[in-house]
Amino acid sequence: MKRDIVTNLFVIKFANVNGTGSASANKLFSKSVFRMGVPISPKNIFPSNIQGLPTWYEVRINENGFLGRRGGIDVMVGMNPQSMERDIAEVEKGGYFVYDSTKPLNPELKRDDIDFIGLPLMEKCREMYEDPRQRQLFRNIMYVGSLAALFGMKLDIAKQLIAEQFKGKEKIIEANCLALQTGYDLAKELHRCPIAFRIETRDKVGNKILIDGNEACGLGAVYGGATVSAWYPITPSTSVIDNFARYCRRFRMDPETGQKNFAIVQAEDELAAIGMVIGASWNGARAFTATSGPGLSLMNEFLGLAYFAEIPTVLVDVQRAGPSTGMPTRTQQSDVLSAAYASHGDTKHICLYPSTPKECFELTATAFDLAERFQTPILILSDLDLGMNDNMSEPFDWDDAKKYDRGKVYSEEDLENMTERFGRYLDVDGDGIPYRTYPGTHPTKGAFFTRGTSKDDYAVYTEIGEKYIGNMERIMRKWETASKEVPKPVIRKTEKPCTVGVVYYGTSEASTIEALHHLNAMHGISLDSMGIKSFPFSEEVGRFIDEHEYVFVVEQNRDAQMRTLLINEYNFDPEQLVPLLHYDGSPITARYIRHEIRDWILQTTTAPRRRSRFY
Amino acid sequence: MSYNIPAFRHPNLPKNDLGYTSKDYEGAVSTLCAGCGHDSISAAIIEACFEMSIPPHRVAKLSGIGCSSKTPTYFLGNSHGFNSVHGRMPSVATGANMANRDLLYIGVSGDGDTASIGMGQFVHAVRRNVNMVYICENNGVYGLTKGQDSATTDKGSKSKKGEPNALEPIDLCAIALQLGATFVANSFSGDKDQLVPIIQAAITHKGFAFINVISPCVTFNNTPGSTKSYDFIRQHMASTNTVDYVPPATEITAAYDEGTDERVAMHDGSVITFHKLESKHDIHSRSSALAMMQEFKAEDKVLTGILFIDQDSQDIHEAMNTTAAAPLRSLNADKLCPGSSALEEINNIHR
Repeated sequence: MKRDIVTNLFVIKFANVNGTGSASANKLFSKSVFRMGVPISPKNIFPSNIQGLPTWYEVRINENGFLGRRGGIDVMVGMNPQSMERDIAEVEKGGYFVYDSTKPLNPELKRDDIDFIGLPLMEKCREMYEDPRQRQLFRNIMYVGSLAALFGMKLDIAKQLIAEQFKGKEKIIEANCLALQTGYDLAKELHRCPIAFRIETRDKVGNKILIDGNEACGLGAVYGGATVSAWYPITPSTSVIDNFARYCRRFRMDPETGQKNFAIVQAEDELAAIGMVIGASWNGARAFTATSGPGLSLMNEFLGLAYFAEIPTVLVDVQRAGPSTGMPTRTQQSDVLSAAYASHGDTKHICLYPSTPKECFELTATAFDLAERFQTPILILSDLDLGMNDNMSEPFDWDDAKKYDRGKVYSEEDLENMTERFGRYLDVDGDGIPYRTYPGTHPTKGAFFTRGTSKDDYAVYTEIGEKYIGNMERIMRKWETASKEVPKPVIRKTEKPCTVGVVYYGTSEASTIEALHHLNAMHGISLDSMGIKSFPFSEEVGRFIDEHEYVFVVEQNRDAQMRTLLINEYNFDPEQLVPLLHYDGSPITARYIRHEIRDWILQTTTAPRRRSRFY
Repeated sequence: MSYNIPAFRHPNLPKNDLGYTSKDYEGAVSTLCAGCGHDSISAAIIEACFEMSIPPHRVAKLSGIGCSSKTPTYFLGNSHGFNSVHGRMPSVATGANMANRDLLYIGVSGDGDTASIGMGQFVHAVRRNVNMVYICENNGVYGLTKGQDSATTDKGSKSKKGEPNALEPIDLCAIALQLGATFVANSFSGDKDQLVPIIQAAITHKGFAFINVISPCVTFNNTPGSTKSYDFIRQHMASTNTVDYVPPATEITAAYDEGTDERVAMHDGSVITFHKLESKHDIHSRSSALAMMQEFKAEDKVLTGILFIDQDSQDIHEAMNTTAAAPLRSLNADKLCPGSSALEEINNIHR
């Protein structure tokens, strides 16, 4: 097969069996490419299972810096017989299928339009290792060595990474390096190396880092001054707390006493987790929880209480595909509405939509300021794609001069000097934000009784309708104030004025930006774009949509939830917002967005019309 | 509406060590039914705190939902209160306690709030040994929704509607004991002499102090066929002991019969003295407490008093090794934020 040589611009996918140690080998491969200065974006596609089911790891290698999912596979490393038929079918024409040739390949699976590269990896492992577990583990490392040969990479960086990972454990380093070298030599011996897809050293990574969003959120909570965390394990959010705990153990142990300057409670369920967060926040600590969709559902009752009683609350929701087990280890942006309007009664909550690890870090840290400033729940809507996959990100930074905004809290001194009566829910400053007091502050002033709905400005129990309305209207004033202070959207405008825009949020960002680039380059279609970063929507969000005849709203759910939120909050004509949806559980691809927009625009000569599949 | 009690105070009201009168520990006027057992419990809390000279503002009172959970409005008006979500007071109290270990936490709940909707949170608060007083005002009926049987209603007991309850009750004291609660007491709202020192002992205890207080519902469950009516409890109550709370550094002068009294030193230096009525009960034995309860139940008696104390109790903060130097909520950025240079190191690890 005659091919063009493609350097640093392809997609490789690893098909493995979960629980076999493939994850660390695959990560070794991707990190090696990253260390060579070539941008990558790896994605895990894993089952709700610990051992024995198919799992995939897809790495996009793109020296142009496009890091969304592209769509299509150029090189498949098929190490799992269970999924082989599907894996072979997925390779794009002109691609390669790398497999373990210890057992011959079923001839029926052969394709003429791709190349098959067989490597007798298990056979080699049987020769070299006695222990079955070692055979399994080193087979993975071996194929990483083979890939290096096939792509024309040197082994020194992979060896360096192994040395860093197992620092001080010389025997392990040696054994891993031997496996790497064996795989490398095996490929060189049996195949012409390098193949048409190649990886060469570049300087395209700069000072960027490779980190997952959950670690960034956990770290953001440390920097944001969280002292109390309560949570219940749920995929894909668990590692937010794992990382919070890890960084707390590193930075929050009192050097003199060895005691913890933090408390993490693994709750009995999500109801208790959010209750603990609310109790701690009510008592003046910065507290947070992390969960996913089902947990958010369970937390609904308490979120309403926090909204009505005006208690700061920070919640990281790492979104996934719905309830129960199975698809929930896949990604979606499907909690948009259930987060924005969580709970009973008239409620709406400040939501933040990070797109990158850096935003996960910054928005989590900022969430504590916002929660205390506005005395209300803040929901950070990450997702599995961002949370559990390594993402190339700008490095994190922190301004040491920054002070935490603890919001409006009367101190003992304030209370002592106060001549008028303290009113917990009085709008003293006209911005809708009342002053609060922590329990135990002053012997005779500032105590109040916290309850949900039935109270006057002084937190005294009442069921009088006017008092209720007064309070609810003040909370809306607070909401208006918040809409001016939450993170603004990111707006990119084309050089010439344009009538069509694209709206996205969260992890749809990278693929959307790339799609817009290619729409321009390939089809001459240039569109304005806006990345929404928060709810309530700031003024700019509505203006952007108003300025365009119609906008696409790109999101990863079935029901066009952000579109619904925009229509509901702004009263837009629904026809002005065209849904562009992807929700099969895999991250949205740039190709998909490009095709959808291209097809729509080429078909649409006048104003947008209804397309039945969306309504 | 809440109605505040008039500010007028009799000039000769006795004062405690802090110079407060018992009025300073009162709350708003109760809106519960006249004769409700819960009001007696509120009065006992007021008396216990007054006598112990607890600064009212150093108490946080928390509750769930229900008649019992309304009561924190009616005591300790100078304390912060939190009327939270049905069955979820334990989690709110746990979180509050995490934020500031230096306050006294009094949680008030009822039998619906604890034994049904809140059972999950109750058992886990016990298990965590959160340092708090947990009072379950147990009337065996859902009052605020007008008279449904609760999970603590005894089998065969008749509420106002007249139907005997068909199901076995949940015994909260037995469950607390089995879960490893470090302080368990049973009492009766109509027996203030017993209840006040039990509350004082619970306040002194370091860890989760559970007090189940049988508290008759005069409107829905004070009928002749009820096993949680005033008459029934008065006729069937038996005590394992009577209790005296002796504050720290107070000399014990009263003479007690040798062999029948037991003094339990609490961590703050106070002493709980038990005048044993049942010589075979060992206050430090979980199994003895459970066995006694069974025996009395078989005789159709309700055993009251302090059933069990673990003097070596270690609360959740000690178990987790959180800082004792200052409440977590008081820590500032200098202790909490690792700063920019540490962040740059973290960046480097990820390159």
